[in-house]
Amino acid sequence: MDGTWLGTDLLQYTASGLTVGAIYALVAIGYNIIYNVTEIINFAQGEFVMLGGLFAVFFLETLRFPILAAFFAAIISVGAVGFAMERFVIQRARNASVLSLIIITIAVSILLKGSAMLGWGKDPYSLPAFTSGSPILVGGAAIQLQALWVLAVGAVVVISLSFFFHRSLYGKAMLACADNPSAARMVGIRVRQMVLLSFILSTAIGAAAGVAITPISLMEYDRGALLGLKGFGAAVLGGLGNFYGALAAGLLLGLAESFCAGYLSSGYKDAVALILLLLVLFFKPEGLFGSAEAAKLKRF
Amino acid sequence: MKKADRLIFIALICFIAIFPWVVQNISAISHYVELMVFAGIFGLVCLGLSLLMGYAGQISLAQAAFFGIGAYSSGILTAHFGWNPWLAMPVGALLAAAVAWMVGIPALRLKGHYLAMATLGFGVIVHIVFNEEVDWTGGPSGMVDIPGLSIAGWKISSELQWYYLVWGAVLLVLLFSFHILHSRVGRALRAIHEEEVAAEAMGVPTSRYKVQIFIFGAVTAAVAGSFYTHYVTFLSPSSFNLMWSIRFVLMVMVGGMQSLWGALLGAVLLTFVGNEWLQVFADFEVVVYGGILLIVALFLPQGLISLFRREPAAPPNPISHASDEG
Amino acid sequence: MIRSDKNSAAPILELRDVRMNFGGVAALKGILHDVPEGIIQAVIGPNGAGKTTLFHCVSGLLRPTSGSILFQGKEISGFVPHRVAQLGISRTFQHVALFKSMSVLENVMLGRHPRTRSGFWATGFRLPGMRREERRIKESAGSCLDFVGLDDVSHLQAGTLPLGKQKMLEIARALATEPQLLLLDEPAGGLNMRETEVLGELIQRICKDGTTVVLVEHDMNLVMDISDQILVLHYGEYLAAGSPREIKDNPAVIEAYLGES
Repeated sequence: MDGTWLGTDLLQYTASGLTVGAIYALVAIGYNIIYNVTEIINFAQGEFVMLGGLFAVFFLETLRFPILAAFFAAIISVGAVGFAMERFVIQRARNASVLSLIIITIAVSILLKGSAMLGWGKDPYSLPAFTSGSPILVGGAAIQLQALWVLAVGAVVVISLSFFFHRSLYGKAMLACADNPSAARMVGIRVRQMVLLSFILSTAIGAAAGVAITPISLMEYDRGALLGLKGFGAAVLGGLGNFYGALAAGLLLGLAESFCAGYLSSGYKDAVALILLLLVLFFKPEGLFGSAEAAKLKRF
Repeated sequence: MKKADRLIFIALICFIAIFPWVVQNISAISHYVELMVFAGIFGLVCLGLSLLMGYAGQISLAQAAFFGIGAYSSGILTAHFGWNPWLAMPVGALLAAAVAWMVGIPALRLKGHYLAMATLGFGVIVHIVFNEEVDWTGGPSGMVDIPGLSIAGWKISSELQWYYLVWGAVLLVLLFSFHILHSRVGRALRAIHEEEVAAEAMGVPTSRYKVQIFIFGAVTAAVAGSFYTHYVTFLSPSSFNLMWSIRFVLMVMVGGMQSLWGALLGAVLLTFVGNEWLQVFADFEVVVYGGILLIVALFLPQGLISLFRREPAAPPNPISHASDEG
Repeated sequence: MIRSDKNSAAPILELRDVRMNFGGVAALKGILHDVPEGIIQAVIGPNGAGKTTLFHCVSGLLRPTSGSILFQGKEISGFVPHRVAQLGISRTFQHVALFKSMSVLENVMLGRHPRTRSGFWATGFRLPGMRREERRIKESAGSCLDFVGLDDVSHLQAGTLPLGKQKMLEIARALATEPQLLLLDEPAGGLNMRETEVLGELIQRICKDGTTVVLVEHDMNLVMDISDQILVLHYGEYLAAGSPREIKDNPAVIEAYLGES
């Protein structure tokens, strides 16, 4: 059996779809964390994925860190960038209009992209896989080991987050801020701290996704915009603010994109996620798993 | 038109008339006329966007897409099918209007971030289409050999002729826009921006107006795109990507959102900044661009025009009040 | 006794078992009431009684979960607000929703919107029909401002007016739409005694002019002074209705309010 039956293609596309879908899910979760605490949509979310990959390249190649250390160093560095973004930009924009906030986060994304271009140039970079080894064969489909790592990173993030939000005091405090910042403040929760934490957490998660995906699909300075847009699509599809929704929607989106690329046209594959985004926004803005009532109560 | 505006309008006409003659004799800046042609073309896009963003209070990150629809329609109809450019232009405008209508109706039911993302997503989809439909658009390598414009057999060949043509169009659209502003329609748009619920309660069909002004913005962008096509005679999808949509928003923001003059000011300023003064920065251009955008958004959200204003402009779109329980 | 001598057989507004649920919360639990034409109808009740929710349902901001609302005999529940306005119902808001950056006159001119027609293209090209209409709009707006006594401040920015005048301006704007039914949501909120007196006198003039007025109000003096009929709501339910004297002496009403203050 040399695996040339139709099922091979299906399995292959499913594998790559789940892999890229895990990335979208992580980006979507990043949006949700910030959104839940601040009701802001961080248009720069995708850039942090890009920076994660590129920073890891820096730590690995330039500073000669071992791969695991580079992974964590990249995440910490990007978290620091998230810290800076919150402290120096978002803080000052507390009273800005919705339109200004949109422009502000877009501006940050442009700044980050431009800085990346300065720091790393326009070429794509690669990272070695976390563990070396040949791809696993499943029914004729070749699944790279790194793809499993991507899924593993995704799973770890999701599980840790659900513990964090539902079991730890900090996590519950963050959810409280989202619900009712004045009430949260009154019971002693430092809302500003929670906002800062949400940015650091969200950017770090994006970075983790970036490091995980770079060995498979490389990374370059301008990848952020499309990643961010598709991740937002997953976030909205899953219901803005809903973590498990983001996970499911991200995987779904990845699968849809992969099947389109495989069976229809690879040139238009980027359009798939965007068309789905538009359809959700137009016809069911609360997403597949959100409630319509909750959507209407949102600030915008 | 208000008296101050009328004076500025006349001043602008004088400036436009005199500018080339002053500049053409100084070799260091003689290419400024060419830059002004681009500034005028972008100004057309910005006028429509200004009415949409500054007055009706809706954001659009899709203007580059409509710019492109007009540009490629003109390009394809004239280069591939031999149409007269002056016939192709309204077709492009109509196509842009139709697309704006189809997208606008569902999209403008959204607000804030949702609307921004919807227009952003739509714009990127259109850009992907430009890149992929190689048979029509020439794809990433571009489309060449697009004919220029002529009026009654007279070819518009020199920079100067283009300059007057484009700025003539700008003045016409500017006049049209001022008429809209100081009228029933303009009041309705401003009311929608400030207190949409109250406007609706006073009989303003807010959804219809939002779509109408969105279509107007698309049409001005498409017409600008047609001018662009015949001026540059070469098209590539990279001129119609997300960065360009953001640039148009930046022009309107920097100039001043609640002012048609601001829109033009922003267009001129950023064209010169982008093509002239940022060249020094070379690779830093993108970073500097982002930096300018950030600083303006943080510290001067009402734009440069607000420095000239005596009375305060409208407050930013207030967060909608929670529904009152009686 | 109904003040107006209109012999109206049909009430101008009929509420037929109007219910409004928000998720699990029932804000209105089956309101049944008729508002006769040409009177001043007050709607009172302790906080949370559903009064503003009722206004939102009538004016189209909310679609009632069930039940119907009839205006001049025709079903209007679920109509969009701008259509309701065109049909002849106008309103003010609890939190004074003026267009603060526009001038006083422009605010009222906006109110002329449903009675005027110039469209986008006619306006852009400044056709003569549009210019004539614009002049008429200015005139009508001016007379509305005269009617409420704000003609001396027509060129000021609306946001700079003191609260009392802002409330008057909002009423003038609502009047510009030529309503047959005017809904006033707590018009006396934040007004001092003199301003409230002027307001009461204005409402009476509006009613005499032929417009039916329904007002939600907490100021009992004003309510007792000018209302022809009072409807009392309590926790979203109909509690009582009648003339001011009947309501004042109604034990159920007294009990509902005693629990409140």
